[in-house]
Amino acid sequence: MTAETAGISASAMRSTEESPARRAFRRLLKRKGAVIGLLVVTLFILVAALAGLVAPYDPTEADWSALRAAPTPAHPFGGDELGRDVLSRVIFGARASLLAGVISVGLALLLGIPVGLLSGYAGGLLDGLIMRLTDAMLAVPFLILAIALAAFLGPSLGNAMIAIGLSATPVFVRLTRAQVQAVKVEDYIEAARAIGNPPLRIALRHILPNIWPALLVQATLTIASAIIAEASLSFLGLGQQPPAPSWGSMLNAAKDFLTQAPWMAIYPGLSIFVVVLSFNLLGDGLRDALDPRHRD
Amino acid sequence: MTRFLIRRLAIILPTLIFVSMIIFGLQQLLPGDPALAMAGEERDPVAIQQIREKYNLDKPLPQQYWLWITGVIQGDFGESIRIQMPVGQLLVEKLPVTIELAVLSMLIALLIGLPAGMLSALYNGRWVDYAANIIGLWGLSTPNFWLGIMMILLFSVELGWLPASGYVSPGENLLQNLEAMIMPAFVLGTGIAAVMMRHTRSAMLQVLSSDYIRTARAKGLYERVVIGKHALRNAAVPVITLGALEFGQLLSGAVLTEQIFAIPGFGKLIVDAVFNRDYAVVQGVVLCTATAYIVLNLLADIAYYLVNPRLRA
Repeated sequence: MTAETAGISASAMRSTEESPARRAFRRLLKRKGAVIGLLVVTLFILVAALAGLVAPYDPTEADWSALRAAPTPAHPFGGDELGRDVLSRVIFGARASLLAGVISVGLALLLGIPVGLLSGYAGGLLDGLIMRLTDAMLAVPFLILAIALAAFLGPSLGNAMIAIGLSATPVFVRLTRAQVQAVKVEDYIEAARAIGNPPLRIALRHILPNIWPALLVQATLTIASAIIAEASLSFLGLGQQPPAPSWGSMLNAAKDFLTQAPWMAIYPGLSIFVVVLSFNLLGDGLRDALDPRHRD
Repeated sequence: MTRFLIRRLAIILPTLIFVSMIIFGLQQLLPGDPALAMAGEERDPVAIQQIREKYNLDKPLPQQYWLWITGVIQGDFGESIRIQMPVGQLLVEKLPVTIELAVLSMLIALLIGLPAGMLSALYNGRWVDYAANIIGLWGLSTPNFWLGIMMILLFSVELGWLPASGYVSPGENLLQNLEAMIMPAFVLGTGIAAVMMRHTRSAMLQVLSSDYIRTARAKGLYERVVIGKHALRNAAVPVITLGALEFGQLLSGAVLTEQIFAIPGFGKLIVDAVFNRDYAVVQGVVLCTATAYIVLNLLADIAYYLVNPRLRA
């Protein structure tokens, strides 16, 4: 990614060379792991979006005949401690998990990118101050910071998302700053400055388009950790509140019925594992596909 | 060395101050009047006024912070509302339990991660490498609390080999202590083993392609000497220092693992405190873990500096 994409002769190049995004996508599709990850993630998004159509039962409706019932054709994943259908709860739980993953990372990007751009572009005292602040946030282990934030904000899925998003923000501040520092010494930034572009325009039009690949990779991998974090908070009772389903809170209920109803623990956990693994595969694949050092 | 230390300490001090400010600031997130929140069920205005005075909530914010931080420096973290005990004392009581869990987990992580990473690098591109990578990704993607539940299901419920919970202190009965700790330590260790494997693999691959390894081989040294002595020693340095960085992940994981296996450590302390609205305890635990993390990373930096002559110029 060089001066061409910065807009100087972009239109001239476009006719002969495919766009960077398209090239990255083509290279992504060549990686088996990444394709599987992409397919599974898409599948889960569809299931979560169409949960009302896909789920065989109402996830909160208790059916006494299915009380801790072992899996049967009518209830393929079994019934839980109140006789609710585990499959339907897993399907609706996908909503909580995916929303938490995407919204918290969205929040982290929304806060992290501007602060990182500012820090990297301005430098000096402000940069030093922002860096010490991110140092301080990174010194508190991710989940412990999220637990502390959720504790003071109060337990709810929304607050869990805010807590996870805030805890993930320093990583994006750091990454954006490092990328800006690497890019801002390039000639095309110097050129943009020389023709009199204001700093904000340089940051948004010239720097940001050149650093998004690294941010995209990090965002994908962070969604994976955010999903685990939401499940962890819900497992502790600090996220999704009953009776609404979430994979973490289902596991919390399941741990008290391990001897009688192990299926209550197996399927929600398996879902977390599959989704997180898929996001990790996709992130790894994106990293390889977007890395200009890897040539195909 | 002195200059290096001074420079590192100059960064740590403001970091610690910011950490303390963030932790103090958490209190401001409490919806409404913090005195009311602390009072819980108590609605007596006199009692609330007492709480307000006791915790200096009637004073301006900077002064509140100053009173709090000067107390913390002297080891006074406030008092647990629920247990009626100084938070400092609670922390000292629970810390050894979590340290034992952390050390055992780290050992397991090293025992799995280092050999797996080495094998993966030595057989780069072959099935051993693929297998190790798949296991590594599996380790990264499994939520450790689910792994814990599944292990209880297998080893406690089905096979009956290990206790599902019931912590015994090592002073009381070491064997029973290890029986209760082995599953949680394994659960915590595997996640870190996965990260460690990835780092060992890349460090080892880098070392294996370097000139001095070629020289060692050209001299006709046995392959096990080349790998075991020349390569491993250099590849291990970044991996060991990375262990310090993984400590944060370890503490995060400990919160859940302790909850599942009912181990009375730091993790259980903070979770119980959260549900009892015991905010001083929450703040104490967070401050302690953050300080431990910062100090460990400083030690790792110093170790890295000592073993890497290039930094000493």
